Amino acid sequence: MGYPREMQESIKRLEATRPFRLRQEIPRLTPEEKNRLLEQFHPDFRPDGMRPVRVGPNKGQRMQNELVDLLEAYSRIDPERVDLSHIDYDVDVLVIGGGGGGATAALIAHENGARVLLATKLRLGDSNTIMAEGGIAAATQPNDSPYLHFLDTIGGGRFQNKRELVWALVHDAPLVVEWLKDLGAMFDTHPNGDLVVSFAGGHCRRRVHSCKDLSGMEFMRVIRDELWNKRVEVLEFSPAIELLLDEKDRCAGAILMNLETHEHIIVRARAVILATGGIGRLHPNNFPTTNHYGATADGLVIAYRAGARLLHMDAIQYHPTGAAWPEQMLGQLITEALRGNGAQLVNVHGERFINELETRDVVSSAIIREVRHRKNGVRTPTGMEGVWLDTPLIDILGGEGKLDRMFAGIVHRFREYGIDVHKEPILVFPTQHYQNGGIEIDAEGRTDIPALFAAGEVAGGVQGKNRLGGNSLLDIFVFGRRAGKAAALFAKEVPPPGKLTLEHVRRYHEELAAEGIEKGRVSPLLLPDYTRPEVKQRRYS
Amino acid sequence: MPESLIPIYIMGKRYEVPEGLTIMKALEWAGYQLIRGCGCRGGFCGACATVYRVPGNFRLQVGLACQTPVTPHMNLVQMPFFPANKAIYDLDKVGSPLETLLQLYPEITRCLGCNTCTSVCPQKLQPMYYVAAALRGDFARAAELSFDCIMCGLCAARCPAQLAPYNIAIFVRRYYSKHMRPKPKHLIERVAEIRAGRYDQALSELAAASEEELKKLYVNREFEKL
Ligand SMILES: Cc1cc2nc3c(=O)[nH]c(=O)nc-3n(C[C@H](O)[C@H](O)[C@H](O)COP(=O)(O)OP(=O)(O)OC[C@H]3O[C@@H](n4cnc5c(N)ncnc54)[C@H](O)[C@@H]3O)c2cc1C
Ligand code: SF4
Ligand code: SF4
Ligand code: FES
Repeated sequence: MGYPREMQESIKRLEATRPFRLRQEIPRLTPEEKNRLLEQFHPDFRPDGMRPVRVGPNKGQRMQNELVDLLEAYSRIDPERVDLSHIDYDVDVLVIGGGGGGATAALIAHENGARVLLATKLRLGDSNTIMAEGGIAAATQPNDSPYLHFLDTIGGGRFQNKRELVWALVHDAPLVVEWLKDLGAMFDTHPNGDLVVSFAGGHCRRRVHSCKDLSGMEFMRVIRDELWNKRVEVLEFSPAIELLLDEKDRCAGAILMNLETHEHIIVRARAVILATGGIGRLHPNNFPTTNHYGATADGLVIAYRAGARLLHMDAIQYHPTGAAWPEQMLGQLITEALRGNGAQLVNVHGERFINELETRDVVSSAIIREVRHRKNGVRTPTGMEGVWLDTPLIDILGGEGKLDRMFAGIVHRFREYGIDVHKEPILVFPTQHYQNGGIEIDAEGRTDIPALFAAGEVAGGVQGKNRLGGNSLLDIFVFGRRAGKAAALFAKEVPPPGKLTLEHVRRYHEELAAEGIEKGRVSPLLLPDYTRPEVKQRRYS
Repeated sequence: MPESLIPIYIMGKRYEVPEGLTIMKALEWAGYQLIRGCGCRGGFCGACATVYRVPGNFRLQVGLACQTPVTPHMNLVQMPFFPANKAIYDLDKVGSPLETLLQLYPEITRCLGCNTCTSVCPQKLQPMYYVAAALRGDFARAAELSFDCIMCGLCAARCPAQLAPYNIAIFVRRYYSKHMRPKPKHLIERVAEIRAGRYDQALSELAAASEEELKKLYVNREFEKL
């Protein structure tokens, strides 16, 4: 297959400018230039993409339409019909979500003596974590320090991050790398055993630690293996559909749903940790997404209904380099590590247009400007447009074999479609990637609701309005560990909760009704439905 | 764009779906809302292992539903869960490599060398070779050869000796990486500094700085050269 002829002509121009581009330095933008670019071209600033939410703790604040739809929706449960006296599981700590954040929290809570139950929607490990390619950021090198990591992170987050969270993030980073190494994660190393580090956008040092291009997979499978070794109890295909509180509005468990039999499962817990990940499968602004199938904002919805405040939910991350060709790969992530190792962004005429290592919000906006505004995009036969990511530069700069060594997955996936990334570039366009905000937490992962903790992508404040590459894997382990420990201690020290109630759901329903929001839409979504409208219409339900 | 439809059989039932779709998208096009058998949708997680036959070929074929395009008359079923043996161990308290391996997975010696596993691996790995390397005690080699394993379970599903190669492999990799590779000096030193509180004050000062100060520090920081 490979590239059709029209596209190949543009590739010739790209090849012609390579010698010049190898010497070309593009200065970084000033803060003012960045702001202008974001305001004009970042999807977060599209006037019709968001609207104020009419109910709940963040009432009146603007958020992504697709999320507001789910917040302004009724529970899957009729509170009158659930028998809360029948308790199926009674544990110290309930962890909701089986990605990297949840698995870490469960493991650490277990190590701190808690009886733990982990409930997850798909299989343990089916998550965004497992898809992470690039790696984890940490200041482990002699020329680096947590101080610089702090500055990079908060600047990248447009200075909106909660300071105490960034403190914890960069402080614990080297500890987390050590922890993963001790669990047996196979980091990329130099022959002397030192860890290999790469650049990612917005970091002023090389500090992203990788395990080839399967970093998240490697961390996830190692932690999962350890959970199995410790015999921590895990319920798969059992998503949480509502939190439970006690009469004093303390979190006291959750209602899960058996996805196969649709039965409710009632879990009472002394502490609950939410680690349900992101929102990509809501397809904000109709963008494709890099996220896994279960990224449907469930955690946000149920925590919000229980009274937890959300932070920065008007900031969605669009990753600059989602695949734009072949069609079958549309929206899939092309890792930033390629740019970190020298691959450049190039328009239809063979010209660069942005320093590739600017932060993601800036690079995405620049690509959108290049394609939509300046009309310098490369068109595919199916009408998609994108810009080139000049991957052959990696071997040119780093010596033959570097692509194969570090990016075997990319090489392999494109080869299936007849594209040789050693010789030909990749066509890219921004794709939804990450939820920058989430449930507000403090440095121990505590939320506004007593006994409810949150960690990972579902939590907000760590990354401000824009996350840097490598900082999310870091986030889930740092705050997964902190929340796991804090929840175990809480469960030990604080007396058990009172009577289980769904009063908060009743109250929320009343609030919805008072706003005139009609019954019909229910949430959390749990799974996206990609069946065709024709089929949906003809369904018997 | 007019789509040309091709017949496929999902668990024996006929559906017409557009050509060029992956098996996963074809299932959805046909009207399935997937619960099992769908995870990352990008070839990473191994949730979507699928077994199929095509006419004219007596062989059972396998692939990942999210990566494999449908072909006319493909007859398929998803196999997203495979019960496999996983040994329980404490990585902090293990003996010598080979001895531990044989204790945890004694069945490994039953490998027939038939290479069925290799013919089914969607990652194009050669489980037979990593199993053999592990059995020789060459954990470095086994770790390297098995690294790209996404634990989809297909090799275990087909292994006539009833091994679960991927579970053997993850034990080997963890053992190798923890006990047979040196811990980097720069990491040990940085962790010691952090534990000693070396950075606490500097970080706290940053955390207390005004936004203006932070912005100044941010703009003026120096970049390591690419
Ligand atoms: C393709 C891709 C590449 C990435 N690369 C990098 C990278 O290189 N470096 C980096 O730092 N970050 C990267 N990220 C971001 C990072 O991987 C994620 O943000 C992070 O792993 C999120 O971890 P988590 O544990 O919070 O959520 P997840 O890993 O998504 O886990 C959430 C879990 O909760 C489950 N769940 C959802 N709803 C419910 C419910 N109602 N009840 C029970 N369970 C539920 C989900 O099924 C899932 O298992 C990448 C992300 C993607 C998508
Ligand atoms: S080695 Fe086995 S489990 Fe691993 S990817 Fe290959 S077939 Fe799947
Ligand atoms: S299929 Fe089983 S018996 Fe055959 S080579 Fe692979 S591991 Fe050995
Ligand atoms: S859905 Fe994850 S590999 Fe196919």
